[in-house]
Amino acid sequence: MSLTGIVRPYGDTTGDGRVQLSFTLPVPFGDETERARAEGAALQLAAKMGLDPAMVVHAKGMGPDFTFFIVYGRVSHVVDLSTVTVAEREFAVLPAAEVNLRIRSVLGRKLVVVGACIGTDAHTVGIDAILNVKGHAGEKGLEYYREIRVVNMGSQVGVVDLVARAEAEHADAVLVSQVVTQRDAHLSNTREMAEAFRRELGPERPLLVAGGPRFDPASARDLGVDKIFGRGTTPREVASYLVHALASAGNTA
Amino acid sequence: MTGKLDLDPVIVNQARELARLAGQPVTELARTHTTVSVERAVLRLAGLDGADSDGMPWVNRLTDAIRESVGLEHGVALPAWDAMLAGGYPDLGTLAVDAAAGLVKFRLPAGDDGDAARQAAGRSVKRGISLIDARRAERDRMIAATSSPPMPWIYLIVATGDIYEDIPQAQAAAREGADVIAVIRSTGQSLLDYVPEGATREGYAGTYATQENFRLMRAALDDVSRELGRYIRLTNYASGLCMPEIAALAGLERLDMMLNDCMYGIIFRDINPVRTFIDQRFSRQVHARAGIVINTGEDNYLTTADAVDAAHTVVVSQLLNEYFGREAGLAMGQLGLGHAFEINPEVPDSFLLELAHAQLIRELFPDAPLKYMPPTKHMTGNVFAGYLLDAFFNLAGLMTDQSILLIGMMTEGIHTPFLSDRDLALENVRYVRRAAGQLGASFRPEPDGFVARRARQVLAEAVDLLAAIGSQGLLTAIAEGTFGVTKRPADGGRGLDGVVRRAQAYFNPAAEMLEPAGGSGGLSGSSPRASAAGATR
Repeated sequence: MSLTGIVRPYGDTTGDGRVQLSFTLPVPFGDETERARAEGAALQLAAKMGLDPAMVVHAKGMGPDFTFFIVYGRVSHVVDLSTVTVAEREFAVLPAAEVNLRIRSVLGRKLVVVGACIGTDAHTVGIDAILNVKGHAGEKGLEYYREIRVVNMGSQVGVVDLVARAEAEHADAVLVSQVVTQRDAHLSNTREMAEAFRRELGPERPLLVAGGPRFDPASARDLGVDKIFGRGTTPREVASYLVHALASAGNTA
Repeated sequence: MTGKLDLDPVIVNQARELARLAGQPVTELARTHTTVSVERAVLRLAGLDGADSDGMPWVNRLTDAIRESVGLEHGVALPAWDAMLAGGYPDLGTLAVDAAAGLVKFRLPAGDDGDAARQAAGRSVKRGISLIDARRAERDRMIAATSSPPMPWIYLIVATGDIYEDIPQAQAAAREGADVIAVIRSTGQSLLDYVPEGATREGYAGTYATQENFRLMRAALDDVSRELGRYIRLTNYASGLCMPEIAALAGLERLDMMLNDCMYGIIFRDINPVRTFIDQRFSRQVHARAGIVINTGEDNYLTTADAVDAAHTVVVSQLLNEYFGREAGLAMGQLGLGHAFEINPEVPDSFLLELAHAQLIRELFPDAPLKYMPPTKHMTGNVFAGYLLDAFFNLAGLMTDQSILLIGMMTEGIHTPFLSDRDLALENVRYVRRAAGQLGASFRPEPDGFVARRARQVLAEAVDLLAAIGSQGLLTAIAEGTFGVTKRPADGGRGLDGVVRRAQAYFNPAAEMLEPAGGSGGLSGSSPRASAAGATR
C-alpha cells in the first residue's frame, strides 16, 4: 500500500481518462426532436459527472417514457492514491469453502450454532435469513455450510430453554435475533440472555451473538454479548465472524 | 417427438416406477392426515375472507376456535356448518366473529344434524369450486379473444414490494415482450402461518401474496392482454405454510401458473416434511381443477450443489414431482418441471453438458411445459460476461425446445433489475430467437457422442438414487440429507403442530369434490381438462 501519486482512468493510452457508463433517463425517444433532446440531456448529465468531452454512442427508447444511453468520455477528475483510505475490518469476509476449511483446521469437527428469537418476539425473518439454506441477498444461510451444524429453535424461545439446548448441543455459538423494540425489549432480552449464560455456564459459555435492525453494533460489551450485527448483515459475514472469533479465542469459547 | 438421445425406454419406465414406489407411502400419509392450512382453504373456498383488527384472517380465527373446542380430526366443515345452522348465523363471517370471541359452542353433530351440516357445507364449498371453474372458462375466453403466444414463453419477474408499483412495471414488461409475469413474494412470507389481507404496499424484496393483490394484478394484466392481443399469464407462489390456501386464492382470482414444489419448503425453508406433503397434495388438486400450470423448483438444488455432480438429483426430483402431480390430478400439460443453467462456465464443455441435461429432461417429459432457469450462481458482477452467459442460456433453451424461459438479468445478484437490465435481457433473447430459433430442428447429437453419453449417464445416476430412496423411504431419505445439503427429519421443522390425523368420519367437502376419479394420474370427470392454462406444446 505504498502507492502514491496521481492517476487517471486508462482507456488505451496513459492519462487519457477514458471511461464508459450507462444509464436511463425518464425522457421519451420518439421523433427527431425528442431524440435530440434526449441525447442532449444525456450529455448534460455526463458533463456534470465530469466527462468532457463525452459522446453518446448508443441511445434507445424503452417504452414511451424512457431512454437508455451508453456514453464514453474523458473524465476530468483525477485520483490521488495517497489519500485513498482502506477501512480495516476486525475480520475478513471469507467464501463458504474457506469458512469450512478453517472450521476443520481450527475445531477438527463441525461448528455448532444454536439460533432463536428470544422473548415474545415472533419475527423470525432475520434469524431465518441467516440460518436457512435459502439465505439472504444471494448468499446461502449457515445451514448450507458443510462444517456448520445449525439448530434453529424458532421464535418465542425462553432463555432457560435456550441455555439448556445450547448446553445439550455443545453449541460453539448462540445466535439470537430481536426485531421488536417496544420499551427496548431487544436490549433487556439480550442482557437477560447473556446473564443467564454467564450464570449457568460461566467461562464454558458459547460465543453469544445478537442481531436485529435496531441494535447499535457498538453495544456488544454493554449488553454482555460478544458481537452485535445490525441491518443488512449477510450469512457469510456471520460465518466469517464465527470462525474468526473461535480461532482467536483458541478453545476457550 | 422422436428422441435424439436414444434413451432406453426400459430404463425410463424403471425410473418412473421407482418414483411411484418412493412417493406412494407419502401419498398415503396425505390421504390420512389434514392440516390447519387445508382446513382454512376449505373455509376460503366457502367464501370466508377478511381479517380481524389485528390483521389475523377470520379463517385462522375460526379454525383455531374449532380446533380448541372439538379438534380438527373431523375437519372444520362439520362443526362449522353445524354451528351455523344451530345458531342461525347468516354466514361464516358472523360465525367467525362470535367464535373468536368464545361465544360459539362447537360439537360433532350426529344423525340428521350431521347430514344437514354436511349438506350445507357441501353447498357452500361447491360455490367456490364453481367459481374456480368459471375462472378457468374465463381464461379460455380471454385466450380466444386475444391469443396464446408461441413457446417458449418469456417469463419476467417484478418485485417492488408495492402492488401499485408492481402493476405499471408488469404492464411495461408485457409491452416489452414478456409472456408471463411473476410477482416475487416478500421475504419470509412462506413462514407465515396465515395469508395477509388486502392490497399491500410494503414488502421486503417482494410483494405479499394476498387475494386482493392477486385480483389487482390479474385485472391489470387483462387490460394489457387486450391492448397487445396476447394473453399475459400471471404467476405467484403456492409454497410455504399456507400452500393450500394460496392455491385456492389463485384459483379464485385466475392466476395462471404457481410455483409449487414437492420438497422446496422442506429443504430450503425447514418446513416440516409431513406438513409439506399433505399441503402439497391438496394444493395440487386445486391447481388441477383451476387449470393452473405448476412450476417446480429443481433449479434451487443447483444453487446449493454443483450443477454437474447434482444433475441427477434434478431428474429425481422431477420424477417425484411428476408422480405427486399426476397422482393429485394434474395433466402433463400442467407440469412445469423446473431446471437450470447453472454449470460453472470455467468447466470445459460446460455448454455441451447443459445441452445434455436440458435435452434429457425434454425427452423424459415430452408433454410437460418445462421451465428453464437462467444462470445465477456464476453471475459474478461482471455484467458483460453475464450478458454473454445469458445468451448461451437462451441458445440452450431454444436448441432443446424448452417451454418457459425465465429471462436472465446481467445484473443478477447485484440489485433488483433496472428497467434497462430488463430491456437488454429481452433484446438478448429476441436476438437469439431470431438468429437460431430453428436450430433445435437441426440439432442432432451424435448417438454415441459426448452429449448423448452424458444424458444417459445422468439418467442412470437418477435411477440409482431413486432405487436407494425406494429401499429406505422418501421421508428417511430427506431426513438423511439426500436432497440439498441439510437433513430434515420427519418430526422436525416448522408447522408440524398444524398436522392432524384424520378420524374415520373426517369430512372435507372440497377434498371430495377435488379427488381425482380413478386414482393415480386419473382425470376427474367433472372438470374440463383439455386446456390447462392453454399449455399446449
